[in-house]
Amino acid sequence: MSLLCAAGLSKSFPGVRALEGVDFDLRPGEVHALLGENGAGKSTLIKILGGALVPDAGEARLEGEPLPLGDPLAVRRRGINIVYQELTLVGELTAAENIFLGREQGRPLLRRREMARSAQELLDGLGARVATDAPVRTLSVAQQQLVEIARALASELKVLILDEPSATLSGPEVERLFAVLRGLRERGLGVVYISHRLEEIFAIADRVTVLRDGRHVASAPVAGVDRAQLIRWMVGRDLTEEFPPRAPTPGGVVLDVRGLACPPRFTDVSLTVRRGEIVGLAGLVGAGRTSVALALFGALAGVRGEVRLEGRPARFGSPADAIRAGMGYVTEDRRRRGLFRLLSAGANVTICYLRSLARLGMLSPGRERPAAAAAAREFDVRAPAGLAQPAGTLSGGNQQKLLLARLLLRPRRLLILDEPTRGIDVGAKSEIYALMNRLTAQGLGILMISSELPEVLGMSDRVVVMHEGRTAGELSRAQATPDSVMEMATAGP
Amino acid sequence: MKATRWLASYAIFAALVAECLVLAFATDAFFTESNLANVVRQNAFTAILAAGMSLVILSGGIDLSVGSVVGLSGVLCADALVRGAPLPAGVAVGLLVGLAVGAINGLAVTKLRVPPFIVSLAMMLLVRGAAYKYTNARTVSGLPSSFAALSQGALAAATMAAVFALAWVLLMRTPFGRHVYATGGNPEAAWLAGIRVHRVLLAVYALCGLCAGLAGVLVASRLNAGYPKAGEFYELDAVTAVVVGGTSLFGGRGSIWGTLAGAFFIGILNNGLNLFHVETYDQLMVKGVVLLAAASLDRWRTKAA
Repeated sequence: MSLLCAAGLSKSFPGVRALEGVDFDLRPGEVHALLGENGAGKSTLIKILGGALVPDAGEARLEGEPLPLGDPLAVRRRGINIVYQELTLVGELTAAENIFLGREQGRPLLRRREMARSAQELLDGLGARVATDAPVRTLSVAQQQLVEIARALASELKVLILDEPSATLSGPEVERLFAVLRGLRERGLGVVYISHRLEEIFAIADRVTVLRDGRHVASAPVAGVDRAQLIRWMVGRDLTEEFPPRAPTPGGVVLDVRGLACPPRFTDVSLTVRRGEIVGLAGLVGAGRTSVALALFGALAGVRGEVRLEGRPARFGSPADAIRAGMGYVTEDRRRRGLFRLLSAGANVTICYLRSLARLGMLSPGRERPAAAAAAREFDVRAPAGLAQPAGTLSGGNQQKLLLARLLLRPRRLLILDEPTRGIDVGAKSEIYALMNRLTAQGLGILMISSELPEVLGMSDRVVVMHEGRTAGELSRAQATPDSVMEMATAGP
Repeated sequence: MKATRWLASYAIFAALVAECLVLAFATDAFFTESNLANVVRQNAFTAILAAGMSLVILSGGIDLSVGSVVGLSGVLCADALVRGAPLPAGVAVGLLVGLAVGAINGLAVTKLRVPPFIVSLAMMLLVRGAAYKYTNARTVSGLPSSFAALSQGALAAATMAAVFALAWVLLMRTPFGRHVYATGGNPEAAWLAGIRVHRVLLAVYALCGLCAGLAGVLVASRLNAGYPKAGEFYELDAVTAVVVGGTSLFGGRGSIWGTLAGAFFIGILNNGLNLFHVETYDQLMVKGVVLLAAASLDRWRTKAA
């Protein structure tokens, strides 16, 4: 008998089929692991089950009754609760206040003591030693997570969904969380557990469901599968994407990183990039890859370790210094860190090198427009209303191309591309790959961060794998296979 | 959708033209040379303050200290002249006062990382207090007659026009101006694009202070005295002009011509209400309504865009 049962769930976003006919079922008293690569559709699935997204097709039932999908509040009242990776507590309020947030007891005056007592009971029941009267921002992440779980338990709870709860926890904290989950299992609740760490699946889950590219691949009892099988399920697609052939002729070392650290984001990173070489930086989300990129680009404070760019010390104090030294960076977070939505598309392209376009300190549209237009043409940026149109009104793929076009107009030594093809269509992808080849042929070194294995394997001359803030190892192009990269990324060295 | 956005972007110019037409037809007094000259003279200061304020608001900040700077700059300029300084030196004193206060604002915003609203609120109190203390709350009078000529109609108008022309060149034709828009629109992206965001902000506040210093000199010239109380609430007039002119208080979007139009829309509104003999208190309320309407138009436009 199943507690929560979903059938034929499909969901598309503009340009992406996030879920295609996915079935899922959860029994009472089980911990069910949900597994898949980045972008496999796990988040979409749990958002649908939590009521935050309406599926294009399919339905979900809780104890046989249809769920009101698309109505998060109603779904929560029915007893399904999601603890997201990004916690949703109010930092200035106490644990007790957070637990009863929106369900405060007592009218018109709060019954504070009563709420504090029930909060304490809930937390004690979880074996959590958490003070209920301190602002939650003073608690550790692990404690905050327990407060979230206690909040879920404060109302009638049937299904608890945890989205990568262990990503920010230490070993003992994970153990404590597992003890809590086992307790919930004994009480007959259903727990959906999302994690990238395979060893955790074996430690806590009863059954596992694997998604890949938005489809359901397999569901099986954990006792009946092994690690290799799980990895095959997760990555076992054909590398169908077309990658242009590479003929790398690596030259001297352009970037040399030794023992780079920026705790707690990452603790020990060493790698080299040669002239004309593409080095893929692989790893799971949360392994610290983007932080490494930001640190190399001078955008993080508190960085230790040694960085050399063409032999010269290159620990930059600001992105401006890094750019001056010949480095370029394309962010994975287009909206927040890359794009100027209010500026025109053209201005987004030219923003980094306005000074070189200016004559006697003055810009002229006559000089700027052709430069922007040329770079935009190179990348086939499609701006229906021309390059004067605000960048925020372009499609995601075209926004990404703008950011890449931004790097084109200045000779550089090293390019760091962070998820360079995220959210763009296949055609645009192959254009970007071709461009990477052109740039390396001109002698640039490229460090490419990517969570898409085919891309890492298809484009990298070498692959450096990160695991929990450290470089776990390095694989040559010949050694790098989906299994070897995934193995290193999930298990460390 | 497109039409509404166009309308929203140019609403202030249309409103200004409509306002002038209404007044020209409804009153005999409005469209006369003396009244128009009067309007320009009266609003040149506000417009100059608003030009500086535009820079700050475009960068995502605000400067509430400009009214107080008008007071201190006027007082110190007048004092220097009374003590026998030549005219250019006196004017320079006024300008430098503004530049210095602006630079302090900029340093506090970038180095101490205090929100601009608080920094400039503190400076508003500090600078106003300094103006009173320096003068013992008395008026600095006995100024040379050549000083009064600075704020005569044509000269005041020419100064204002020069300020706006320079501001336009700075914003639309220099890398710095683009950096101001970029910083206001997305500070993190600006920093990662290699823009020295702190320098941009420092310059923006210094320039705003400079405009306020200039306005202070012109106000003192017009009053032919240094009043420590001069410029009270001018900061609010300047912000009003900028917002009515269609610049977003969140930074990154707006135009300097919109600000000029906004300043004169409010100025002519005052003038018109006077011509219709509307009471001062009612005028305040009308201005409040206009400000609210302009700000909600901005929100509406943000949604549309």
